[in-house]
Amino acid sequence: MRKVAVIGVGSSKFGVRNDVNVAELAFEAFKPSVEDAGISPKDIEFVAVGSTGAGAWYEELLPAVVSAEYCGLTGAGLVRCEAACASGSAAFTTAYWAVASGQAEIALALGVEKMREIDTPTMMEWIGRAGYYLWEFHNFGVTFPAYYALYATAHMAKFGTTEEDLALVAVKNHKYASMNPIAHLQNRITVDDVLSSMVIAAPLKLFDCCPVTDGAASLILASEEKVKELKIDTPVWVAGIGYASGTANLSKRLDYVGLEATVSASQMAYKMAKISPDQLDVAVVHDCFTIAEIMAYEDLGFCKKGEGAKLIREGQTEIGGKIPVNVDGGLKAKGHPIGATGCSMIYELTKQLREEAVEKGRQAPMKNYIALAHNVGGTGHYCYVTILRR
Amino acid sequence: MAAMPSLKSREIKIVQDIPISKTLPFWEGLKQGKVLATKCKKCGKLYFPPVADCSQCLASDMEWVELSGEATIETFTHVVVRPTTFQHEKPYTVAIGRLKEGVRVLAWLTGFKLSEVKVGMKAKLVAKITPEGNLTYEFTRLE
Repeated sequence: MRKVAVIGVGSSKFGVRNDVNVAELAFEAFKPSVEDAGISPKDIEFVAVGSTGAGAWYEELLPAVVSAEYCGLTGAGLVRCEAACASGSAAFTTAYWAVASGQAEIALALGVEKMREIDTPTMMEWIGRAGYYLWEFHNFGVTFPAYYALYATAHMAKFGTTEEDLALVAVKNHKYASMNPIAHLQNRITVDDVLSSMVIAAPLKLFDCCPVTDGAASLILASEEKVKELKIDTPVWVAGIGYASGTANLSKRLDYVGLEATVSASQMAYKMAKISPDQLDVAVVHDCFTIAEIMAYEDLGFCKKGEGAKLIREGQTEIGGKIPVNVDGGLKAKGHPIGATGCSMIYELTKQLREEAVEKGRQAPMKNYIALAHNVGGTGHYCYVTILRR
Repeated sequence: MAAMPSLKSREIKIVQDIPISKTLPFWEGLKQGKVLATKCKKCGKLYFPPVADCSQCLASDMEWVELSGEATIETFTHVVVRPTTFQHEKPYTVAIGRLKEGVRVLAWLTGFKLSEVKVGMKAKLVAKITPEGNLTYEFTRLE
């Protein structure tokens, strides 16, 4: 396997983007990524697109094809990757393999999702079906917040995690989103705002949940030879990739206080990168719901199992703490355009590692120049962990 | 912000016919008030939800076993914001319970006030036919 670098990144503005269709939204992220890399679309040999709602919550069944045509990529190798909310990371991993294997010199990972073309109950219906439809949705109508609420209830019962602890995650992530001009929710909030917001699936309330967001992110990956040829100043190298999966039925999980897929995927990524969690300068973790960020701290080894709430209470995951987490606002406030999220995470970390073009208030201090992205699909159904190093 | 100009897509209605021929005894069992699981005759693994094929030893020779229904609730949530096809329902409680036999079940929990529901409490899993005629199962009070 060859060394692979991220040489160009781009992102659309996240939010309610009813001004654009899926291909136009993809273009908005794609164009700055090729400009950043200093290449043209025809230099891209392989394209992996991450998108989940094709034909369900937006009208195009083949978003890879329409986006590729719209961006001038027709002719390149093309695939759409589905790993639910980790589809962006699945696309990134696929593009990584294309280059690492030696088959392509330059590949593209493009995450794009249009989620705001249908009404909210229908969105709850579609995403609730993202598990095992027959056994957990058909008769029981388990929504996506409800799946994570099952984890929250168990975590609170076992470790004494409180609703206030969960609220602190939302408060932190809104704080950083307020400094991020591409974020969907840029308002600062308080613990009381979270606690007094409407119950969605107890114990999770509205402000414990990520918004339903449109967005796209685009990443150009290249071989070491191409990095030299193109004279890229600050390549960001892919140091480790880990992946794992979890049972479709939630009833078949070992417990409800963590995601086994996160533990396995992160251990695989740490091993490949030959690092331990304490060497990380910054991380983006999958905070689709506040409880998910607390569990991620534990499952990724930022603290011991059961001590996630302590980490957020002590401010250890803010800038200045032990490991700054989700300083782009996270899924919680930057937004979670499902298939784009994994690419959006790598976009943010690339900018953080380059120490450029990140708003000053949310640049994490760099010591080892190592960063981690943790992207979960479904409720721990899929997991990808990516470690980047400058 | 004014609404953005848009086109309405063509409308389609989607209803899938989900095959149940391989788990038919389970659905028939619900009508008779029984909740059935399958057990692999080769390796002995017990499955709920029931399956026709064993993912542990890949055998396809299963026997049907009636579950005791004795459950311990491991976690739960109360679903207030409901999906389109559950809009007609009142908010409902979803729980995961571990049965005496070792398998877990996800189902609605009924017959309790929400404030009474605790992790670790006992409940009974029973078969149920809904007022609309759907075959299902739920956790409820022991008595």
